[in-house]
Amino acid sequence: MTIAAAPQVAVVVFPGTWSERDFADVADALGWQARLAWHTETELGRVDAVVLPGGFAHGDHLRTGAIARFSPIMRAVEAFAAGGGPVLGSCNGFQVLTEAGLLPGALLRNNHLEFRCDWQWLRCERAIGPWLSSLAAGDAIRLPISHGEGRYFADDATLDDLESSGRVVLRYADASGAVTQAANPNGSLRGIAGIVNERGNVLGLMPHPERASDAELGGDDGLRLFRSLERWLQEQPAAAERL
Amino acid sequence: MRWLAEVHVALRPGIADPEGETIASGLRSLGYRTVSDVRAGKLLRIAFEIDEPAAAEAAVEEMCRRLLANPVMETATWELRADEQQDADPALP
Repeated sequence: MTIAAAPQVAVVVFPGTWSERDFADVADALGWQARLAWHTETELGRVDAVVLPGGFAHGDHLRTGAIARFSPIMRAVEAFAAGGGPVLGSCNGFQVLTEAGLLPGALLRNNHLEFRCDWQWLRCERAIGPWLSSLAAGDAIRLPISHGEGRYFADDATLDDLESSGRVVLRYADASGAVTQAANPNGSLRGIAGIVNERGNVLGLMPHPERASDAELGGDDGLRLFRSLERWLQEQPAAAERL
Repeated sequence: MRWLAEVHVALRPGIADPEGETIASGLRSLGYRTVSDVRAGKLLRIAFEIDEPAAAEAAVEEMCRRLLANPVMETATWELRADEQQDADPALP
């Protein structure tokens, strides 16, 4: 019997990223080893998971994530994702993942043109992959959102494919978990707040789980995503050997 | 040879454009009541050097495809012309 090592997580930092320290704080609190990986680096090192945090990478100029996707570190993130490694992109990180083609669709300006910073209920549609394994379909969780460009868009064929393959994992909802137009904070098509890739190892979501990981700060539903990763890693002892 | 490309990037037709809708509303409130639609976009003016005219056109197409527009939600159109003014050699009399 071996004692599971603390998860090693790389938190990618672009110029303008703003949530990396919040992720690192959560990792510290959980006893993980978190390393901030600057965008010009070419290697992630031996890690169990990668986080692309929120912020405004490269000032969000041209389009959100448009410049960041060409950063050297993204070649390593793409290789890690291709190998099945757990990747979490939150907010701007989600935008970077769509620009990089690791997730389909795009995030457009909120339909009301306002930057929206608020608590938001979400319905878990499918508890798959390393980041959601501790949830169950139908669960309602409460996380902060903080974005001006979170309106999920994809063409109808892509949306239908996401739905039929069970890759829409989080939708904006009310406190009861009901997905309604009134609960949609940005005009996202079909209320989509989070999706995964075909293998399920790459999760992109607009909300911020790292900002809801301490009950003293208003809520800790975000911890469920990080606990999911711990559980997933324990079930897959070879995960750390992948690289 | 110097070239000047003016690239227009816009949301694909049919995608809700709240910025354009807000501008249209502003125009109507100023009295331009017949304004039915405004689509907002970006204008990118790109100066560059390349010898062959065909290569210049291809370069702009490639810039649009690789970076300037995201085909998931945007279209790019452009006008390309020789940048004669800046092509003149200031050292000549």
